[in-house]
Amino acid sequence: MTTVTDAATLSDARPLDLSGKSGSRAAKNSIATVVMSLSFAIAVAPLAWILWTVAVKGGHLLLNASWWTNSQQGITARRVGGGATHAIQGTLLQGAVTAAISVPIGVLTAVYLVEYGRGKLARVVSFMVDILTGVPSIVAGLFIYSVFMTTFGMQRAAIFVCLALTLLMIPTIVRSTEEMLKLVPNELREASYALGVPKWKTIFSIVLPTAFSGIVTGILLGLARIMGETAPLLILGPYTKAIASDLFSGNMATLPTMINQDRDQALQPAVDRIWAASLTLIVLILILNLLGRFISSRSKV
Amino acid sequence: MQSITGVSIADELPADGEPPVVGDGAGTGRLGDRLFGGAAVGSGLIVVALVTLIGVFLLSQALPALAKNEANFFTSTEWAVSGDHPRFGIARLLWVTVLSSLMALSIAVPLGVAVALFLTQYAPRWLARPAAATVDLLAAVPSIVFGLWGLRVLGPMTSGLQDFLRNNLGFIPIFSTTSVGSVTTVFLAGLVLSIMILPIVTALSREVFAQTPGTHKEGALALGATKWEMIRTAVLPFGKPGVISASMLGLGRALGETVAVMMLISSLPGGADWSWSLFGGGETFASKIALGAGEFDSPQKTGAYIAAGLVLFILTFVVNAIARVVIERRKAFTE
Amino acid sequence: MAKRIDVTDLNIFYGNFKAVEGVSMSIPPRAVTAFIGPSGCGKSTVLRTLNRMHEVIPGGRVEGKVLLDGQDLYAGDVDPVAVRRSVGMVFQRPNPFPTMTIRDNVAAGLKLNGVKDKKRLNEVVEKSLRGANLWNEVKDRLDKPGAGLSGGQQQRLCIARAIAVEPQVLLMDEPCSALDPISTLAIEDLINELKQKFTIVIVTHNMQQAARVSDQTAFFNLAATGKPGKLIELDSTSQIFNNPSVKATEDYISGRFG
Repeated sequence: MTTVTDAATLSDARPLDLSGKSGSRAAKNSIATVVMSLSFAIAVAPLAWILWTVAVKGGHLLLNASWWTNSQQGITARRVGGGATHAIQGTLLQGAVTAAISVPIGVLTAVYLVEYGRGKLARVVSFMVDILTGVPSIVAGLFIYSVFMTTFGMQRAAIFVCLALTLLMIPTIVRSTEEMLKLVPNELREASYALGVPKWKTIFSIVLPTAFSGIVTGILLGLARIMGETAPLLILGPYTKAIASDLFSGNMATLPTMINQDRDQALQPAVDRIWAASLTLIVLILILNLLGRFISSRSKV
Repeated sequence: MQSITGVSIADELPADGEPPVVGDGAGTGRLGDRLFGGAAVGSGLIVVALVTLIGVFLLSQALPALAKNEANFFTSTEWAVSGDHPRFGIARLLWVTVLSSLMALSIAVPLGVAVALFLTQYAPRWLARPAAATVDLLAAVPSIVFGLWGLRVLGPMTSGLQDFLRNNLGFIPIFSTTSVGSVTTVFLAGLVLSIMILPIVTALSREVFAQTPGTHKEGALALGATKWEMIRTAVLPFGKPGVISASMLGLGRALGETVAVMMLISSLPGGADWSWSLFGGGETFASKIALGAGEFDSPQKTGAYIAAGLVLFILTFVVNAIARVVIERRKAFTE
Repeated sequence: MAKRIDVTDLNIFYGNFKAVEGVSMSIPPRAVTAFIGPSGCGKSTVLRTLNRMHEVIPGGRVEGKVLLDGQDLYAGDVDPVAVRRSVGMVFQRPNPFPTMTIRDNVAAGLKLNGVKDKKRLNEVVEKSLRGANLWNEVKDRLDKPGAGLSGGQQQRLCIARAIAVEPQVLLMDEPCSALDPISTLAIEDLINELKQKFTIVIVTHNMQQAARVSDQTAFFNLAATGKPGKLIELDSTSQIFNNPSVKATEDYISGRFG
C-alpha cells in the first residue's frame, strides 16, 4: 500500500527529461550520419568524374557522322579523321557470337539445375559452374590460346576471342537464369501438370515464358560485362585499323583494343580518339544495362 | 477410353528393403521429355567437361615448364623463360598482386559498408533506389576505361599525395622510396582498384543490411538507442557475414583484374631490387600474363605463364569459396 | 461422360514415410464427394493420388489400386500425363498463367496438347467459360491478361481451364479457402451445376461447405500424431452430419476437435 503510493510520489516529484540524449551520444550519432552521407558522395564522385572526363575529352568526336561510319584505315596518330566503325562492329559482332554460343548452354544448364537435377550430378554441375565463375578473364584467354594456338598451331582469329568470352559468360547466364526460374511459383507448374501437360512442355511453354523477361535481363547484363572485357583480347585479338567481318581468319578490331592500341600516345588526334572510343564503349554498355533494367521492371514474376 | 502409352517412374515400385524411388513423376518416358531433358543434362555435362578440360589442359602445359625451371617457383623473382635453362619465379608477382588487392580492400570495404549503411538506413525512400542504381553504374564502366582515366587523369593528381607519403612515412617499408619516380605505382593501381570493386562490396552489403529483421532494430530503438547505436547493435552484427562475403568477392575481382593494372603500374627492368613498397612498380599475375603475350610462341614459354595463371586461378577460387561458405553458413541460421 | 472411381487399399508414401494408410472407397459418378478432416490428416494427399499428382513431389509414391471406371490408373503401362487429362484439378490458390490472356488460359490445356483449329478452340473457350459462369463477365475482354481479374473470377477461370479439356472427373483442393464469402457462394452454385456433367471430389476444411455442397462425405483422420491418416467413415452427407456411426466423426462434426 504505502510502497505503491511512495513510488508514485517519487517519480512524480522529478519531471521527465525529454529534451534529448546526453551530449556525447548525440554527437556520435550526428557524426555517423555525416560520415555515411559523405561516403556516398565520395563513392559517386569517381563515377561522375570518369563520365565527365570521357564526355568532355571524347564527346565531340561522337557527334561526327564519320565516327560511326568510317574506320581507321589510312589514319595515323597525327592525322585527325576516320572513325570507329571497325571497332564498334567488331565489338558488336563478337558480343553477338558469344551470346549465340553461351545463351543456349547457359539457359539449358540452369533448366537442368532447377527443373531436373537431383542428387550427385546436379551438385557437381553446380560446383563446376562456381569454379567457372571464378576463372580470371586472362586465364580464360590463356586457356584458349594454349589449346588452339600452342597445341593445334592455329592462327589467332576473332572466333577464339568469342570462345574465351563464352567461358566467362556461361556462368553468369546460368546463375541469373537459375534465380529467375526459382522465382516462378511452383503452383504454375502444378496447374500445367494437372492439365495433363508433359514436363518438357510445361518448362518450355509455361515456366520459361513466365521467367522470360528476367532471363533476358540476365543475358543483357552478362553481355554488357563481356563487351567491356579486354584481357582475352590482349592475347587473342590483335588490333587492326580496317573493318573486318571474317570471324575465322585475320584480325578484328574492337573498342577495347582500339583504346589499348594508342593508350600511350601523346599526339592529340590519337588521344582524342581513345577518349571517344572510351565514351562509345561506355554508352554501349550503358544502353544494354538500361535496357536490361527496363525489361526486368516490366517483368511478370 | 483412350490409348495409354509410356511408363512412369513411379510405377517401378521398389522391392522391400530397397531405397524408395527418387525424382518426380511429372515427366514420363515420352520422346519430348527425353529430348528436352537430355538437352538439359547435356548442357550441364558440357559445363563439367569444360571446367575439367581447363584444369587438365593448363596443368599439362604448366608442369613440363615447371619441371624444367631451374629457380624456385615460389621464391624467385627472376623471369627468364626462354632457352634451355629457364629460371622463373612468382615471388614479386605474388607480392604486387597481394599488395594492390589488399590496398584496394582496405579502402573499398569501409567505404562500401558506409555507403551501404547510407543507402539502407539513412537515405530517404525517394533517394535510395536511384542512389543505389548510381553506385551500381560504377560496375558498368569497363576496366580499360578505368585504366585510361587512372593513367591520364587521376594519376598525375596523386603525385602530390604519393610524394607526401613517401617523404613522411618512408621509414615504414610499405611506404619506402623506390627506383620508380613516376606516379604509375602499385599505390595508384590500388587506388583505382578500390573504385572498381566498390560497387561489388556495396551491392552485397546493401542486401544484407536491408534484410536485418525489423524486430532487432526496433528492440534497440525501444531501449533508447540513437540511430548510430542501433546500427552498431543490430544491423552491423547481423550483416557481418555478408560484409565478409562481399569483401571476399571484391578481393576476387581485384586479384583477377588485368588491364587497369597493366596500364597503371610501371614495369620493372629484369633484375631490379626487391621492394616491399607501395610506390614501386612491377606486375601482378594477371598483368604479367597480358604483357607477356608476345612470348607465347613456344610451349615452354607459354607453360611458365600458364603456371602463373594457375596460381592466380587457385587464389581466386579459394577466395570465392570462402565467400560462398560464409554466406551458406549464414543461410543455415536464418532459414 | 462422368465416371466412377473405386479406390482399393490405397497406401500413400513420401519416401519411406507412410502418410495415408488403407483407404478403400467408392466415388459415384455425377455427384459431389467431399473429403473432410482436421489439418494434416491426408485428405489433400488422397485427392492428389486420384490424378497422379502426388508423384510429382520427389519421393512420392503409392501402393494399391485406383480404378477409373474399372481401369487401374496405376497399372504398369499407364502414362500419368494421360491420366491427368482425364482427371482435372483446381487448386487452393487461383493460378492462371501470368503470360497468357484469358482466352489462352482457358485454351491452354487444349493448345498444349496440340489442338490448333482456331474455330474449335474458340468454341471450347466460350463453352467452358459459360460452364464456369464467367462468360458474361469476361466476354468483352478475352484478350486481356488472366491475372487482371478478381480472386473469385480467377478461380472460376481456373475451373473453366480445367473443364475445357473435358475431363471425366474434377478434383478440387480447397477451392474457396482463398476467396471471400460472395465468391465462395458463386463457386458453390457452380459446383451444383457442374455435377450434372462431371464427377466431383472436393477437399474442404469448412464443414458447412461440405454439408451444403456434397452428396457423399468422407471423413479422414490421423490415428495419432506421427501415424498415417486413415479413412474413418464414408457415407451420404446427411448421414454423416446428422447420424455419424463413428465417435471420432461425431466429435469432429460437433467441433470437439479439429
